[in-house]
Amino acid sequence: MSNRLFTKDTQAIFWNNNKSAIQRMLDYDYVIGREKPSVAAIVAPTSSNKFEKFFYGPDEIMVPLYRNTADAVSEHENADVLLNFASFRTAYDVSMEAINMGDQFKTIMVTAEGIPERLARKMNQAAKDNGILVIGPATVGAITPGAFKIANIGGTIENIIKSKLHRAGSAGLVTRSGGLFNELCNIISLNADGVAEGVAIGGDRFVGSVFIDNLLRMESNPDVKYMILLGEVGGTEEYKVIEAVKSGKIKKPIIAWCIGTIAKHFSSGVQFGHAGASANAERETAEAKNAAMREAGIHVPNSFNDLPQVIHQVYTDLKKEGIIKEIEEPEVRTIPKSRKPKNFICTISDDRGEEATYAGFPISSVATPDTGKGIGDVISLLWFKKQYPKWATDFIETVLKTVADHGPAVSGAHNAKVTARAGKSVVESLVTGLLTIGPRFGGAIDGAAKYFKYANDNNMTPQEFLAYMKKEGVPIPGIGHRIKSLRNPDKRVEGLKKFANEYFPSTSLLDYALTVEQLTTSKKDNLILNVDGTIGILMVDMWRALGYSEQEIDEFIESGTLNSFFILGRTIGFIGHVLDEKRLAMPMYRHPMDDILYDVQPAEKIQ
Amino acid sequence: MAQRAIREYDGKAIFARHWNDYFSGFHYSFKSVLVTSADELREKAKEHGFEWLNQEPLVAKPDMLFGKRGKNDLVLFKVEKPGDVTLEDAAKWIEEKQSHEVTLLTGQKGMLTHFIVEPFTPHSQEQEYYISATVVDDDDVLYMSAEGGMEVEEGWEEKVNEVRIPINMSDDEMERAVRANVPAGIPDEAKERFGSFAIQFFKFYRDLNFAYLEINPIVMIGNDMHILDLVARLDDTAGFLMKDKWGDIEFPTPFGMEDMSPEEKAIAEADAKSGASLKLTILNPEGRIWTMVAGGGASVVYADTIADLAGVKDLANYGEYSGGPTESETQFYAETIFDLMTRYEDPRGKILIIGGAIANFTDVAKTFTGIIKALEKYADKLKAHKTKIYVRRGGPNYEKGLKDIKEAAERLGLYMEVYGPETHVTDIVRMALEK
Repeated sequence: MSNRLFTKDTQAIFWNNNKSAIQRMLDYDYVIGREKPSVAAIVAPTSSNKFEKFFYGPDEIMVPLYRNTADAVSEHENADVLLNFASFRTAYDVSMEAINMGDQFKTIMVTAEGIPERLARKMNQAAKDNGILVIGPATVGAITPGAFKIANIGGTIENIIKSKLHRAGSAGLVTRSGGLFNELCNIISLNADGVAEGVAIGGDRFVGSVFIDNLLRMESNPDVKYMILLGEVGGTEEYKVIEAVKSGKIKKPIIAWCIGTIAKHFSSGVQFGHAGASANAERETAEAKNAAMREAGIHVPNSFNDLPQVIHQVYTDLKKEGIIKEIEEPEVRTIPKSRKPKNFICTISDDRGEEATYAGFPISSVATPDTGKGIGDVISLLWFKKQYPKWATDFIETVLKTVADHGPAVSGAHNAKVTARAGKSVVESLVTGLLTIGPRFGGAIDGAAKYFKYANDNNMTPQEFLAYMKKEGVPIPGIGHRIKSLRNPDKRVEGLKKFANEYFPSTSLLDYALTVEQLTTSKKDNLILNVDGTIGILMVDMWRALGYSEQEIDEFIESGTLNSFFILGRTIGFIGHVLDEKRLAMPMYRHPMDDILYDVQPAEKIQ
Repeated sequence: MAQRAIREYDGKAIFARHWNDYFSGFHYSFKSVLVTSADELREKAKEHGFEWLNQEPLVAKPDMLFGKRGKNDLVLFKVEKPGDVTLEDAAKWIEEKQSHEVTLLTGQKGMLTHFIVEPFTPHSQEQEYYISATVVDDDDVLYMSAEGGMEVEEGWEEKVNEVRIPINMSDDEMERAVRANVPAGIPDEAKERFGSFAIQFFKFYRDLNFAYLEINPIVMIGNDMHILDLVARLDDTAGFLMKDKWGDIEFPTPFGMEDMSPEEKAIAEADAKSGASLKLTILNPEGRIWTMVAGGGASVVYADTIADLAGVKDLANYGEYSGGPTESETQFYAETIFDLMTRYEDPRGKILIIGGAIANFTDVAKTFTGIIKALEKYADKLKAHKTKIYVRRGGPNYEKGLKDIKEAAERLGLYMEVYGPETHVTDIVRMALEK
């Protein structure tokens, strides 16, 4: 086990979207100048959001959100601390799932108070068997000043700086109580040089790591020069510390005090403090423990009120001996007093610098021919925030060119033309054309990608796929052409296939689609894979070859990314038709009446 | 609280409810009634299913969480000779026991309110065994002895076999360990049976989240088990898992302890409803020093310090509020304390400690708003009792909280000294006492 609890690189997965606690962690990160935020991800089982916004200093950052721990872990393998903020009803299950993930977590902190004792014992034992340190249950957490702090420990950022918790001091601190933990940090900062590592072990009867576990780690942590233990009436954990001192396992000076001397005045029945705080025998009383610790050579004050002087004394002695050195106070970044959450987020382009950028690339670096970049590259930057390889950007451009226009008769172009003739502007005419795009016009690209991928993902044979589509009551999108057939192939499709065969690393979905085409064309000659189908299917193959997960590709399809290629490409054609109308100065269009079937009946009267 | 005692009757009822699931091969006839008066017992005997109350000799004893009832002469099992107690004998005995206060050998005093009445089980001393289970350190421990009855505590070391069962021990290992430790004093012909029973007893104790379960004595006659006396505590944090299995369970106040006052009850009810924590115990209603302290740890430190510096007699209450209570919860809590502390005169005047450590996340200004409203309401009474108020607190928004409460005190004409985190947490106790 590493002898330092946390470092400046430690990252946690925060179970439960506890916004104020997470914000406190990120404020701390900013103040101490961490490079990476201490919260790598949040698990929020009932949320459908993908991230949560937090302030990082004056700016905002996005912390990813997951529905379960497994998903969070798969994306954040370096996060080895789980902050389990589940309720007492579910905290056990959350911990056990994490413990069973093998090497993922080194530390699990459990905040819930009142987990059933038997479950707490099982959880603690399972963690121990797997070499995982459990802090809690019923705790406010732990802190390694200057490196990493859990949730609310230390309180507000002002208090943290006042208590010198923003940088490492020399004391190792272990308490049961979370409230007094803060108080002691304050005392230590006033009477010594602050804390090197601090843990509030939690107030429940069965907590994972006890005093001795934490003190032994601190004994071997070179940053810790002396230790402070604040115990409570009840239990015998302090005696393990006494044993370690007597046997020489712990050599660093310890200052200790057990609170709860009041309990001796009252017979059972009055519960002072935490659930763990109840003396069942004489040796569990605060007096007995304080006396035994004093006898073992631990520095024990006469009362809690005298604790500050004892701390000051031990610290001064260690400093005289040269064991504790002067600390150089680090620069502290300050958090702005008022911060405004941003209403909009942009992750694709930025116009704040010298020159606007597309996904980090200045426009000039992609615009002119000498850059070697084309419109496909711009799309890959602005749509996908990636630099696609040449074969992929070439394919994107091929698609755009292929779908740019299909003559004046198709409904979108027709609408655009009619609107232009009504005297409307280019943009007005264009959008009437674009608004026609949907499930029946241009939608086959989406549909083909969706259904062929679904069939392929589920290992359907072509026969099964056809049967499935029949059951769904949907004609297979991307199959069939008005006039083209196997014997009279569509040249555009031929071109796309040829390009893919030559340049795509693999074309698994196209290969599958062609086996389906074999079956459909055996039924009817014109049931070929058409141009919409080919584009949709090859887009999927492109993304697969680029390393996207099936889930990510499904999200592209769901969000209408495929349709976007059609919209963009066809815009070129629509604008052409609108400009054509303007050039020809065509008059207002009125549809001939003889082309309309009039069938109007007198309206029925409803009583 | 985590471990809470239940009545003998309720413990037996849990056994009966789950007997067939756990104790296959053994038989237990749950014949017990819990009554609060002699008349209730007489009425019960008329009910269908309770004919045995008229037909069998009976045993009666109080069922109020205290032990050593035999030594306290609080078990009725004979009038002339063992096993001759009739229904009317038992009823009269209950009437007699309820007619006066009872003092136990331990010095605890009180009125008897609950009795358990059962059939008398004729058996020999040799048929009495002992069995119990609880948690020691981090392990479950099963205790078994061939000697049941009251004498078991004397000579515990020699007479009792204990089996440590770590939480991760498999059932196979547990069963082997239990069988290997069946007390030698149990007759050979019964060893096997007792071992099986002990294993099932342990599983029952474990699965039903008992924190402590003792049958002393348990009488084994063939496969018939007679639970003559039972002590049980439940882990109440498991209550949400055990709702159906425990049934409608009551956690009575231990005998001799006064029932909670209405004020304590009201705070306990507010606590149960709140996500925050509100606790109040009145130690001495006439005490001079009253505390309203935030946080479980800090509240103990204040109590320690007051007992050290002023003596425990002056400490009127123990309690704490924490976990971010709302303004109205804090106000209610404060008003309860102010009301209690202005009931009895003290010529020296009263001291009110509004204390707390440096909060982690509780908004101090917000909770102080609740206290200020309570101060406004009780200002006259507090002044009439010559109350000196000492405030010490830190945490989120504490500057505003301290400023607000100071202003309120000046406006209301209350004596108040206010300190922040630069003052040691319990130093206000010393200051208050030196005044």
